[in-house]
Amino acid sequence: MTTVVYVAGGILAIAVLLALYRAVRGPSILDRVLALDVVLAVVGAGLVLNMVAGRHLDNLVLLVTISLIGFIGSVTVARFVTDRK
Amino acid sequence: MVNDVIVSVLLVGGALMSLAAGIGLVRFPDLLSRMHAATKPQVLGLLLFLLALAVEFESWPLVPVLVLCWIFQLLTSPVSAHMVGRAGYRTRHLRRDLLTLDELDDVVARAAEGDPAGPDRTEATRREAGGGTA
Repeated sequence: MTTVVYVAGGILAIAVLLALYRAVRGPSILDRVLALDVVLAVVGAGLVLNMVAGRHLDNLVLLVTISLIGFIGSVTVARFVTDRK
Repeated sequence: MVNDVIVSVLLVGGALMSLAAGIGLVRFPDLLSRMHAATKPQVLGLLLFLLALAVEFESWPLVPVLVLCWIFQLLTSPVSAHMVGRAGYRTRHLRRDLLTLDELDDVVARAAEGDPAGPDRTEATRREAGGGTA
């Protein structure tokens, strides 16, 4: 079980690094928003992994909060992206 | 023992969804294809992780909370994806040469033609209201 947690954690770490690379490089702000949404999804996955590894349920509220924050964040940014020429 | 195997498979599967999204974000050429990759960990990855949690704890009172969490993500992620996609389409953050079909193009053209006040007003209301033709 410990091995599985480490393996999944390693894969998540690689995923978050790739997403952060896109968030830094991303040519437009929408690319960055998208990449940061993926980062939030990976953070949520890490919270679940932490709950499975430690056999506790403390992070469930955080999980819902994180998806709420991701929703509000990306909708707000997308709303204010306008066509400036 | 069996539970451990199931939980392991679900956890690694969910992590691989995140990895697929990361690779897709780096390798795909434009915004719309990156959006396609980015939805994998948000819905399917979260589902696998929540299933792993449910199998690990084996308690029925936990299930409604997990279902609520997943339904919430399921309701919010299409809305935000729609907003991002719409903003991307309007600000032309897409590569037209990669599109096989653009159904929205005809609709936008027809709406611009049919508007009696002309394209200027359409442009103004679109920017102001955020709604409009597209």
